[in-house]
Amino acid sequence: MAVDAQTEVVDLSMTSLRELNQRLHGLPADASSGPVRWRIVKPSGGHAIACGLDAPLEVEIDGHVGYYCAGMNKQATVRVHGNAGVGLAENIMSGLVVVDGNASQAAGATARGGLIVIEGDASARCGISLKGGDIVVKGSVGHMSAFMAQTGRIVVLGDAGEALGDSLYEVRIYVRGSVKSLGADCIEKDVRDEHAAELRELLEAAGAGDADPSGFRRYGSARRLYNFNVDHAGEY
Amino acid sequence: MCGIVGLFAKAPAIEQALGRHVHDMLVQMNDRGPDSAGVAIYRDPAPPGSCKLTLQHPDDAYAWEPLCAEALEEFGGEARIDRRANHAVLHLDAIAETAEEWVGRAHPELRLMSAGAVIELYKEVGLPRLFAERFRLADLAGSHALGHTRMATESRVTTDGSHPFSTGLDLCLVHNGSLSNHNRVRERLRREGIVFRTENDTEVAAGYLTWRLREGASLVEALEGCLTDLDGFYTFAVGTADGFAVLRDPIACKPAVMAETDDWVAMASEYRAIATLPGADDARIWEPEPATVYSWERELV
Amino acid sequence: MAHSDTTGTTPDTTRDRLSDIVGRVARHGLRESALFDRATIHEIQRAASEGIYDIRGFGAKRRVPHFDDLLFLGASVSRYPLEGYRERCDTNVTLGTRYASEPIELKIPITIAGMSFGALSAPAKEALGRGASEVGTSTTTGDGGMTEEERGHSDTLVYQVLPSRYGMNPDDLRRADAIEVVVGQGAKPGGGGMLLGHKISDRVAAMRNLPKGIDQRSACRHPDWTGPDDLEIKIHELREITDWRKPIYVKVGATRTYYDVQLAVKAGADVIVVDGMQGGTAATQDVFIEHVGIPTLPAVGLAVQALQELDMHRKVQLIVSGGIRSGADVAKALALGADAVSIGVAALIALGDNSPEFDDEYAKLGSAAGFYDDYQAGRDPTGISTQDDALAARFDPILGGRRLANYLRVLTLEAQTLARACGKSHVHNLEPEDMVALTLEASAITGIPLVGTNFAFRPESFAKAVLEALTPAANGRIPEGTRRP
Repeated sequence: MAVDAQTEVVDLSMTSLRELNQRLHGLPADASSGPVRWRIVKPSGGHAIACGLDAPLEVEIDGHVGYYCAGMNKQATVRVHGNAGVGLAENIMSGLVVVDGNASQAAGATARGGLIVIEGDASARCGISLKGGDIVVKGSVGHMSAFMAQTGRIVVLGDAGEALGDSLYEVRIYVRGSVKSLGADCIEKDVRDEHAAELRELLEAAGAGDADPSGFRRYGSARRLYNFNVDHAGEY
Repeated sequence: MCGIVGLFAKAPAIEQALGRHVHDMLVQMNDRGPDSAGVAIYRDPAPPGSCKLTLQHPDDAYAWEPLCAEALEEFGGEARIDRRANHAVLHLDAIAETAEEWVGRAHPELRLMSAGAVIELYKEVGLPRLFAERFRLADLAGSHALGHTRMATESRVTTDGSHPFSTGLDLCLVHNGSLSNHNRVRERLRREGIVFRTENDTEVAAGYLTWRLREGASLVEALEGCLTDLDGFYTFAVGTADGFAVLRDPIACKPAVMAETDDWVAMASEYRAIATLPGADDARIWEPEPATVYSWERELV
Repeated sequence: MAHSDTTGTTPDTTRDRLSDIVGRVARHGLRESALFDRATIHEIQRAASEGIYDIRGFGAKRRVPHFDDLLFLGASVSRYPLEGYRERCDTNVTLGTRYASEPIELKIPITIAGMSFGALSAPAKEALGRGASEVGTSTTTGDGGMTEEERGHSDTLVYQVLPSRYGMNPDDLRRADAIEVVVGQGAKPGGGGMLLGHKISDRVAAMRNLPKGIDQRSACRHPDWTGPDDLEIKIHELREITDWRKPIYVKVGATRTYYDVQLAVKAGADVIVVDGMQGGTAATQDVFIEHVGIPTLPAVGLAVQALQELDMHRKVQLIVSGGIRSGADVAKALALGADAVSIGVAALIALGDNSPEFDDEYAKLGSAAGFYDDYQAGRDPTGISTQDDALAARFDPILGGRRLANYLRVLTLEAQTLARACGKSHVHNLEPEDMVALTLEASAITGIPLVGTNFAFRPESFAKAVLEALTPAANGRIPEGTRRP
């Protein structure tokens, strides 16, 4: 990305993380004043970089980031030109987070909105406890992905590890590659027209518009764990 | 709970600067393990028929020099002692088992940290970044090293409770996580003759590996045995004379990052430790799969 | 063993039935088993009928060592009391002094514990906010997120970050006054939240992103961190998101409390909340409530010891909960070294839970006033632990708030009374030496001397006493453990 006069460059080997995040937090939520474009260099695997943003900023990070990058993001676009550690964009509310490389465990954990795109692989527990966000992984995802995922969509162009969608609620999962095993209450379901349309939209938004939706299988909840068999007051 | 680092040199330049790199990696893991730190570094091989012992005394003022003369008198040949903070590496002309037995008898006031042909093991309580300075890690060259920073969970913060734990000749173990069945396993191992000095869960894992290896298992088999015989959360890194191995439990909640370039293979609990290494930006980075043993060995010349 | 009844007629009123049972016990020499008592027999038969564990609310009901086993040594010839009403006994407490730029100031050292909207009705949450604010203390959200009612009515609100992350969002994080990372709670350390389908109303479902009417499943670990080393990084993230302004609490259910408290300190907590096994819940398995965790009494001492060894006592503040009922409990917890206490079940009772005026309704539910613990069923006639609109409408949040404020004032006045009697101008100056233990158990548990002796029944005390007994008595000192003349 070319550096121009309107991009604020911050070197994390010179500026503290606290100062960077506070500056980013200090910007108005409507981006009525800037800088709106930021470039962060020398992240060196640091944690909580660009977390808690709440403005339509464009943030580029040159290098690898540690845990919780873009945690609880609102409105902003954050691009990591490297790998991401644990909990990438955890609890994201809206906006876009893109990682060029791989993401570690719990990528997109409890995400409530927005879109997370992982160009490489995501490791275990991708989309754990998902609460409305969308995740597109162009590589593969590790074991226990979509564990207790409630609502939202997950698309995997590669393979999925063991126990996919264990204890799933209403999330729709699309996988193109192989699935090592399915978790409790997760089953394969038909890809109907509305699903194909949804999948096409997600692939387009993630820059994978040339992937053919018909190559994917859909997974969802069997809904057998939705109610206990219990009634205390009246039964006995 | 803790931080783990490991570095295996593939190029001479990395070997020369091994200690400096391990120092930098350890400092990055200071916050997740502020109670104590330790390093096992493989270097300066003892010729066949001789061995190296790393010994420790709590008092910085302990007089190590006489040990050399005593060793010469006992075993003949050559003897050398290299001191580092309150530890010292004693080279002597005997096989390790004999040397260990002699030191234990002649100097019960000393703690034996490690024994073997190449391993040196330093560990102490206190902040990792202070440990690294105090032990002048940056001076050391070597072929590979494992380091650890400790946040004690259910046992006391002591020298003995620090990692790495030495599990046998040229062998050591570091651990991030928390075992849940170590008390019963400890009792079983005690009956097999394994000696324990602490209530630490990691010491049990180290003892388990020693026992399995003693009974004829390969390192890979012994580590795979952990998957059935040990319960809990763990990322293990084991050091051997020739290299190191890594294993994560099947649930794999505790972190582990691996990286490799033409010049080195590295492992750490967090990427930011690996980020200190030359060429880290372009390294191949991946995470070990759960319940899978990974190992690296140098080719023996 | 069945005996034939010789009176001939079958009794049908409740009173007749009771006197019939009493009569039969007397006439036939019936003995109830201590092991298989009526309640146990009932539970086994229920389990055989339903095939699922018993789920209930409330806290542990069985007797365990508690603050009642400690007594204060009031003023005497050697110590002088403070006059009530005229001579100050202060009660304020500051929480979050370690790292937060905006620590919390409370007027009283009693806070309202986390209880979810979902477990409780909206008006009940509002009442908690009103009552707490009236006396200058805080409330805590629960496993369901922050409601407008609670934020609107609570002057000081602590926002919980739980394994479920229901309703979690940065805006609420920022408008909270403190953040509480929940590792566990006393009723079920190692368990997660539980809410059954009939309490997942439209509103609750929307807040928790769940389908309406299904049973919520619980996560017992956090999704994006496990272990104190990674908790440290998580706490750091929460601080970065909130610009280091707000205190971060870590809450644990009391189990390995000594280690947990040290680890919470190492992970960077400003405040630690320790919830003893007696702590209440809206719903979990009865076996979990009764058989997991340690009581509050030992937990306080373990937590204080852990803090003292790290030289963090009073620097990282300690809040204890689980069975706080009166100002005596408050004072004793503070005397043992806590900075504040938290109430849950007691607050609900103050609002009106288990009130005798609803006894007829409790009877219809198969229960009785003073015995009702079926919070999980969502049919609470008082409108407190229910999501049913009609039932919740019965609960007046303004009246409820006033009742809670009254109760909090009584707790405070009682604690002040005891503290003044011990000569303290601030409740925080209460100390373990102001107390004696009534039982050997309590003495061993707390390290406080057994009443009538100056000996605390602990290994260290025994060792010390033996050494002193073997040494010739010097300075005419009275050796440990001997009776006073």
